[in-house]
Order: sequence, then structure tokens, then C-alpha cells
Amino acid sequence: MASDRIPDQDWQHYQQPDARGHFGPYGGRFVGETLMAPLLELTAAYERYRNDPQFQQELDRDLAHYVGRPSPLYCAERWSRILGGARIYLKREDLNHTGAHKVNNTVGQALLAKRMGKTRIIAETGAGQHGVASATVAARLGLECVVYMGAEDIQRQMINVYRMRLLGATVVPVTSGSRTLKDALNEAMRDWVTNVDDTFYIIGTVAGPHPYPAMVRDFQAVIGREVRTQIMAFEQRLPDALVACVGGGSNAMGLFYPFIGDTEVKMYGVEAAGHGLASGQHAAPLCAGKPGVLHGNRTYLMEDDNGQIIETHSVSAGLDYPGVGPEHAWLKDTGRVNYVAINDDEALQAFHDLTRLEGIIPALESSHALAYGAKLARQLGADQCIVINLSGRGDKDIHTVAAREGIKI
Amino acid sequence: MTRLEARFAQLRASGRKALIPYVTAGDPQKETTVPLMHAMVAAGADIIELGVPFSDPMADGPMIQRAAERALAHGTSIHDVLAMVREFRQQDGVTPVVLMGYLNPIEVMGYERFARAAAQAGVDGVITVDLPPEEAADLLREFAHHQLAPVFLIAPTTPPDRVQTICAQARGFVYYVSMKGVTGASHLDYASIAEKIQLIRRYTDLPVGVGFGIKDVQTAAGAAANADAVVVGSAVVQRVEDNKDDSARILTAVAEFLRTLAPALKNVN
Repeated sequence: MASDRIPDQDWQHYQQPDARGHFGPYGGRFVGETLMAPLLELTAAYERYRNDPQFQQELDRDLAHYVGRPSPLYCAERWSRILGGARIYLKREDLNHTGAHKVNNTVGQALLAKRMGKTRIIAETGAGQHGVASATVAARLGLECVVYMGAEDIQRQMINVYRMRLLGATVVPVTSGSRTLKDALNEAMRDWVTNVDDTFYIIGTVAGPHPYPAMVRDFQAVIGREVRTQIMAFEQRLPDALVACVGGGSNAMGLFYPFIGDTEVKMYGVEAAGHGLASGQHAAPLCAGKPGVLHGNRTYLMEDDNGQIIETHSVSAGLDYPGVGPEHAWLKDTGRVNYVAINDDEALQAFHDLTRLEGIIPALESSHALAYGAKLARQLGADQCIVINLSGRGDKDIHTVAAREGIKI
Repeated sequence: MTRLEARFAQLRASGRKALIPYVTAGDPQKETTVPLMHAMVAAGADIIELGVPFSDPMADGPMIQRAAERALAHGTSIHDVLAMVREFRQQDGVTPVVLMGYLNPIEVMGYERFARAAAQAGVDGVITVDLPPEEAADLLREFAHHQLAPVFLIAPTTPPDRVQTICAQARGFVYYVSMKGVTGASHLDYASIAEKIQLIRRYTDLPVGVGFGIKDVQTAAGAAANADAVVVGSAVVQRVEDNKDDSARILTAVAEFLRTLAPALKNVN
């Protein structure tokens, strides 16, 4: 589907997706017929409330007083100095309530669920951050919450599993397929198709059928909007580059979207190279995959020659996904965003560097962005500045890190 | 007249409803599938629905998920499935075969290449579960060119205007999904099925099949009351799974089961 000749885009007037959710050839709605009516209903509700001042006011109030926004933009001076290149700013999404950017979206979708009269929330989760963020908003609104999580991921993320249960959610282990995020998504879709009348499915990333990729992006775009204001206060200009990790890609879309028209700002989406792109054991569909259709949208996928989805690997559960949001697929083909990959070891190194040099323990997902940001900063001059999205905190990952280093805690 | 049209005409003339059993191709072994297709025809199958295994079968319940996992464990590809249909056609030129699967294997093979190869192999229709008509224009063009019938699903949630849109695109027959849920679930509501089929018939003269949740003679009779065909999937796959280590027993168990359903489909109206 990727065309060799893509016409030059008018980035100043970027307006994607189209009415049926297409970003160029990507996106769309590829679901069983039972879900089409609920998706159309959701699209209509979203279109209505995104332009409803009362809804926006309520959302802004929740983001300020419940999530704790705006999150700081922090200049990592010591780390920048040691790297010897550009000044690095960190967008501190790790300081949000529940510890990651995920809650920006769940707060928004939960408000929508309430407006639509739904009484039950379902969600899929990989690292558990989106599951926790969904269980959190469900607890607050008194909604039933069921979270689907791969059995493999439950092993890797016991702390988040317990957090979800404390919050009153039911965590359902998914034992089909590769027992990770993609299978959790399948299972959540199966739940939704069975319980469409009373259930709202909170997808955690900018993937899935329309309107999810656009809706989740719009809820996460608060990240980029804040960065625009904050960086002007520090630098009196826009940054030279933005860097964010990409699993499904919601924290990256949230950071990038408000800057798409500013073509002088370079953007880097960092995928998980796992054991290395050459090994085949990675989770980097944009860097090493092909277009296809999965989970309701057309996008780049990790797939074999027969169109079967193949298993991915990353040290970080949140990036361990064979697809990616369709808008990223389009931004790749058009060349607006550069997609690169960082392997497990490089991410681990960045995890330790930031912890020791800045006193911030980053999530392993975000550590991929940090590792690439460090490489990039070294190539740039001291008069330049970059913003890295520190999408989540690393408390949930300390068992994984300790185990890799042979330490029992 | 296509094979599907001929089969439905013949059934109508004899006052019967079509029995459409589903099996996943390559489950549990590639060699099982063609003999199983012949055995199902001998036991009363009027049309065969052949599942193309996919790694992420979002619309299927655990029974058919496991069938796909067994088929994929030894690498059953879409090319293998077409080869099975070609082999089936060497002995059976009349029983329609409808493939059921997900879009990605077709997408990766290429629409034109798939449509040509499927038609050449003797496939009559294709159900692409995750392809609503809004996204189907390119594939439908190829299907039309190669005389393949796109069989679309209509669900309990489908509003009248969508029923109309879907019926306008459908060929062969229309497949009504009897309930909100995945394959193999239970709780059929016959009154609502009857009501929806009436609505569908307002927009099309195509035969209407009912599937999801049909597992025995009672449910088959109930679903057949207002329909032209019943699809039986998970209950057939169950017999395959129960005998997965013995191909001969799979054939007899499935055939025995299908024979018990036949009375439900005779002179129902």
C-alpha cells in the first residue's frame, strides 16, 4: 500500500484523518459488522463533545486537578553537559497521576463514556500503565472495569496488576496467541462485541478502528501544546527536535501533533529494536515491517509472507506490539517523522544514565526515547535544544531491570 | 448460473434449507481437510464454509481460535487453503465452497492475485470478517472481475440504512450473525432473528443464512425457521478437536453430527 510517489504535503494545513478515518492509505475501520454501529455512534459522540465547551472545560479541570497538569518541562542540564551536545529538555509525563501519559487519554475517554451513558469500561494493557490509568478513572466514576492483559505481561508487571486490583478492576489473563498486548487487544475486542450495549472500550493508544487513532491523539495532544508554551519560556523559540518512543505511538503523537506544521522542528519516533533489527526479534514495524491490516486499521505490521502476525520482542512490555498507529505509518511514508530503533541494551543504559545523573527513574519504554535522544544530542551543537518525552516513570520496571542484572529483590 | 445460485435454486425446489458446516482449513492436519470436506458433503452439507486460519481471529470464540492455532502450528497458509479447494474440486464440481477469514492474508497476497487464484481453484464466495463494505471497494472490483461472491455479514446492531448498503454490495447470500458476540457463544433469540431477517428481505432477494450459536438440532431448526441456510461452526470444530489425534474418527464424528441436523432443515416452512 505504501506508494512510491507521495505528493508533497501542505504541513501548515495538515488535516488528517478524513471523515472515515484514513491517514493517506492507512487507518480506516476494519472490524466485524457488529462493531460498525457502535463505532459510528462513538464517532458521532466524539465529534459532538470535542466541540462542546462544557465537555472541554470538564476535561481541562480534570487534567489540572486530577492528573496534575501541566507536567513540567525540565532541562536535564547535567546529563546534557556530560553528553556534550544539545540541551535536552524532558517532558515530565512521568509526574502525572498514575505515573505515565496514559491517564491523559483515559480521563478524556471516561468523560465520553459517562456522557454516552455507558456503565462498564474495558481496556487492554501491555505494561499495565494503560490498565492502571483505566482502572483509576473507572474507580473515580464508579464504573465497572475489566482489563485484559497477556499472561506473559502479567508475569512481567506484577506490581501494576496488583494496583489495578486494588482499584477494583478485574484483570483477565489472556492465554491465547503470544500472550502479550496484541492478544489482550483481541480479547478486549471480543468482550466489546459481546457487550456493546453497556460497554465502553478505552483503547490505550493511537491504533484501532476510527475514531480511536484520532481521538486518542487529540486527548494526548495536550503534551505537545504544553511543550510549545514551555519551551518558548526557556528558549524563546521552538526546539530543534522532538523525540518520543513508539509502541502503539500515543505519547509520540501527543508530542508531535501540535508541531506538525512547524517543519523546522525535526521529529524522531523511536521503536524497540529488541535484540537488534537484524535478529528479527524486535518490535519495530515502521523500521522493519510491511503494511497490512490488524486490530481495525491498516498500518505497518510485523507479519510473515502469508500475512500472519509474528511475535515481537522488547524488554519493555509497553512497546511489545506488532502494529503501530496508522498516523505514524503516514508520517513515515511522507517523511515528516523519522523512525529509528533502539535495542534492549541501549535502552537499559539510558535507564541507568538518567537515574544516576538526573535522579529520575524512567520507564523502560521512555528509556528508548532517552537513548536515541542522547545519540541525537551528541550530534548537535550546544546552541541547539531537543525535547524528549519522558512518557512514564520506571518504578514498574525495577523487577525487570534487577532480574536482567541477576539481582533478586 | 453460479454454483451458489444453482444450489439455492435446487434447495428451494425441494423445500429444504441449506446446511453450511464450517471447518478451519489445516485443522488438525493439512491432509485432514479435503477428505473431511467430502465426508461433510456425503453427510448432507449443501455448502462448505472453509476457514482460512489467521493469527489474530478477533471475531472468533475460543473453539475456532484453537482451530486456527492448530492449523498455523504447521504453517497452513492461504496458498495451502486454495490448493485444498483445487483438490476438492477434482471430485466435486457442484458443492459451493465459501472461504471465511480475515483481510490481512488477502491483503499481503494482493487483491488481484488472490481473486484470480481463488476463482481458478474453484472457490465460490468469500467472507472477510473484518472488511466492512465501506473499505471493500478495491477488493469487490477484483471479486466481480473473477466471479467471486462477496458474502457480507449483517449483525443485530446493524441499523436499517446499513442493511440496505450491505445488501446492495452482497452476492451469493447474506450472512446474518444471530447474536452480539463471537463464534460459539450461546443464547439465540429467535424472535429477534426473525425480525431482522424480515428487514433484510426488504432490501435483497438473495438467500439469507444464519450463523453463530447453532449447535444442535433445536438451534438449527429455530434459526432455519425464517432463513434459507444455517451455518454451524464451533460445534463442528468441537468434533474435530475432540478427535484431533485420529483423522478417521474426525470424519465419522463430524458426519454423524451433521446427519443429526438434517431433519431440522427439511420442510421447515
